[in-house]
Amino acid sequence: MNMEQTVPDREIRSILATDCGSTTTKAILIEKREDGYHLIVRGEAPTTVETPVEDVTRGVINAITEVQELADRKLLDGDRIIKPQQGDEGVDIYISTSSAGGGLQMMVAGVVRNMTAESAERAALGAGAIVMDVIASNDKRLPHEKIERIRNLRPDMILLSGGIDGGTTSHVAELAEIIAAANPRPRLGISYELPVIYAGNQDAREIIAERLADQTALEIVENLRPVLERENLMPARLKIQEQFLEHVMAHAPGYKTLMSWTDAPIMPTPGAVGAIMQTIAEQRDIQVVGVDIGGATTDVFSVFRNIEGAPVFNRTVSANLGMSYSVSNVLAEAGLQNVLRWLPFSVDQSDLRDRVKNKMIRPTTIPQTLEELIIEQALAREALRLAFEQHKSLAVGLRGVQQQRTISDAFDQTKTGATLVNMMGLDMLVGSGGVLSHAPRRHQAALMMIDAFAPEGITHLAVDSIFMMPQLGVLAQVNPEAATQVFDRDCLIHLGTCIAPVGEANRGKPCLSIQVALPDGTHIEETIPAGELRLYPLGVDETARVQLEPARGFDMGAGRGTSLETEVTGGVVGLVIDTRGRPLTLAHDEPDRVERLQRWISTLKLYPEHDLWLMPIHPV
Amino acid sequence: MAYAYTPGLRVTPATILRKERKLPLPGQILVEVGDSVQAADVIARAELPGNIRLLNVGSALSIPAEDIYRHILKRVGDSVVKGEVLATTKGFFGLFKSQAQSPTDGIIESISEITGQVMIREAPIPVELKAHIVGEVVETIPQEGVILEAYATFIQGIFGIGGEAVGELLVVAESPDEILNPERLTEQHKDRVLVVGALASYPLIEQAIQQGVRGLIAGGIRDADLRKLLGYELGVAITGTEELGITLIITEGFGEIAIAERTFELLKERQGSQTSINGATQIRAGVVRPEIVIPLSASADNIDQATQENTLDIGSPIRIIREPYFGQLGHVTALPIELQPLETEAKVRVLEVEFADGSRVTLPRANVEMIETS
Repeated sequence: MNMEQTVPDREIRSILATDCGSTTTKAILIEKREDGYHLIVRGEAPTTVETPVEDVTRGVINAITEVQELADRKLLDGDRIIKPQQGDEGVDIYISTSSAGGGLQMMVAGVVRNMTAESAERAALGAGAIVMDVIASNDKRLPHEKIERIRNLRPDMILLSGGIDGGTTSHVAELAEIIAAANPRPRLGISYELPVIYAGNQDAREIIAERLADQTALEIVENLRPVLERENLMPARLKIQEQFLEHVMAHAPGYKTLMSWTDAPIMPTPGAVGAIMQTIAEQRDIQVVGVDIGGATTDVFSVFRNIEGAPVFNRTVSANLGMSYSVSNVLAEAGLQNVLRWLPFSVDQSDLRDRVKNKMIRPTTIPQTLEELIIEQALAREALRLAFEQHKSLAVGLRGVQQQRTISDAFDQTKTGATLVNMMGLDMLVGSGGVLSHAPRRHQAALMMIDAFAPEGITHLAVDSIFMMPQLGVLAQVNPEAATQVFDRDCLIHLGTCIAPVGEANRGKPCLSIQVALPDGTHIEETIPAGELRLYPLGVDETARVQLEPARGFDMGAGRGTSLETEVTGGVVGLVIDTRGRPLTLAHDEPDRVERLQRWISTLKLYPEHDLWLMPIHPV
Repeated sequence: MAYAYTPGLRVTPATILRKERKLPLPGQILVEVGDSVQAADVIARAELPGNIRLLNVGSALSIPAEDIYRHILKRVGDSVVKGEVLATTKGFFGLFKSQAQSPTDGIIESISEITGQVMIREAPIPVELKAHIVGEVVETIPQEGVILEAYATFIQGIFGIGGEAVGELLVVAESPDEILNPERLTEQHKDRVLVVGALASYPLIEQAIQQGVRGLIAGGIRDADLRKLLGYELGVAITGTEELGITLIITEGFGEIAIAERTFELLKERQGSQTSINGATQIRAGVVRPEIVIPLSASADNIDQATQENTLDIGSPIRIIREPYFGQLGHVTALPIELQPLETEAKVRVLEVEFADGSRVTLPRANVEMIETS
């Protein structure tokens, strides 16, 4: 079985990695040169899980064929990957991730909605799943409504938790009875039993087995919340990934063959991206937020330190926020006005609604005009903002736990379970996905991320060059050295640093005085009023010493009105100073808002010169 | 190099169509291979397990869960009716007795000593599967469904609302770009499937529902009207279960857009035929498009043999599917290999298109779809 596969114990000269997405299969070839591992080429082909082909390996072979042609190197012998590398032919290892067929769709169940059920949700999300629903004993739905829901949703897998070890067993037994009564059939394949993972009170194991062992493929792991004060999510996460391979993937067309090809278990794509995010945070000892915005879903990952100073990884997926299939839902959830506020020109609202729907029904089209690009990037800002809001509400400390607090904590945290996301403490923000990775100017990606995430204090910004984090995530499991080298060299594009004081921005009032010593010897000394965006040149691998003196009422991380001196790193965009205030608000008056948006566009050199800016503004 | 082109929607005058008709759960197949079926014929039947109702007898009688068997009057498998006493306490000398009554008719499925719950399953819910199209049974899948084969005109829409409907086809619009006044729909259109031109406006749809029209086929619909019709904002394009009393098939997209000439002409030709439509749309991996199926009398002549081209060539007829030329038709005049910059500065693969008036424009290849050439 694939789970026991090990990578050959010898020097790895070449690596082939694929990511089978729901629409495209992407392949990359990595080779070891004198100075370490490098990305050589990338190829892609449509994914072939659906009819008429119904075999994922076809798309994989097509993508590898493209890599083979681009690299001018033989990798395939017919439909077989040549392994290990012999002379110039073949590769030493082959690995893959997958989100084809809609990814891993799960339901989770727990006794108390914001305690064990929430822990179970975090376990499932961290394993790379989409959580379709959370069933809890106290979720106010009647038992038959829960049964109906489980039956209708047809999840790929159920994670059942509940109760601390030694606690009562009756509530979790009741949940098991509900699952048994629903007798859900899996989404793929009518003939196999639905995997149910039990990760609750260990005293209830026998009771659970009695109720579920006959009807489901029941697996029992350690309790994911053994005591109130501690989560133990890893055993459940590993079991989810194992079951994903053994049951779900094995029933998806062609996966059995694909699993026999790979040198490491196939990982769900978001699980792999999460792994690489954790690696970045660990190696650099930093706090990180990462986002991957796709056509259908947006994943947000974060590593923040908890109250004890230990790094905590969280991942959420916003299943219906995305730039093509789900773009209409972005408009529905954000509201028309929130999208319109990012547009530096007037549009007819009815026309905008029709355009968004037309993108939804023809998801592969791309913006041809500048106006269409700006509208798409306005939608992206809202998709990212909403996905991050959802992330903040789930990336929280454990609820129901007594906390020792100091007076200052009491002001910051009004309840247990406050979000772990601390924007002032955030060191790096990493963006990935088409609308960010393929924005015509990197400046556009930088400002989309700043507008959507509203970073505070000093934050480094980066994007994934060609969306290869999934492959590097699975590579990190088998060869961390290669994964890190390729990540630094070829994957991560450093955009630069954003400096944003926190405070209410009253337009025109002083906000921040800065002194910057640029690497070319230029010295900048400037007082920037509130409500502005500035851009200073600071290139890739360059650093600059900055002295920051926030005005009264503004905080750079050292306290209100307190100065700070630090070193910042550059990137392809440079050093961005954002004095628009936090929380970030835009003017309500349309001509005023548009005038400011146009000024920021010009300062940041976001778009080419265009007569769009000359169009008259009418209030919307 | 592999490139995915938007394959375009099928608009075929005559084809042999194979349709898989499946039950939602195992059941009984009522037809055999070789049988001819009409759209309204029931071809398979199944019974959905009844809803489960739970009654916590433990708390209803204020007794510990493990004592349930001392008080329960029924056993697993017993039938019960609504209001029937399921369990009772003895009380003191016959007084202060508590009773737990069944909340529904059904069969006792389980009695739990752990939770004190009694589970009652209601009567099964029958599900009937109709043929929906006129055709012949060519395969039966035991307990699951059948495969029907039909010789028919087949047209895919881009987006739809509502499920399966059948009715006589009538083209009401004079031309594919006409915008119909709602008053044009009267009671003589009851039970028909109507072709209404460039726009299914809210007032037109309302009028059609009032007149008992089964379905509307239009070039476009405004999103604002769709929202008004549904009563909510459609976030994700998964439709087919709406219960509006009518099925809508949109052939081109959102906004006011003329029905493609070829589609319109074909519908006109097939006027008067019994027509099966389904608005169900899923724009996801494994895309489902709404469809129009119009049966033809059995004849193997003129069968459309995969006229769809798979790759773009010079001369290929195409339709533009994104602004600023959305909905316009033309043919390919150049396919440059090199990536070219757009106004957005994105460098993409492009093509040159010539319109009917002879003017030419350059467009991203991703923004066109192929038109069938048969």
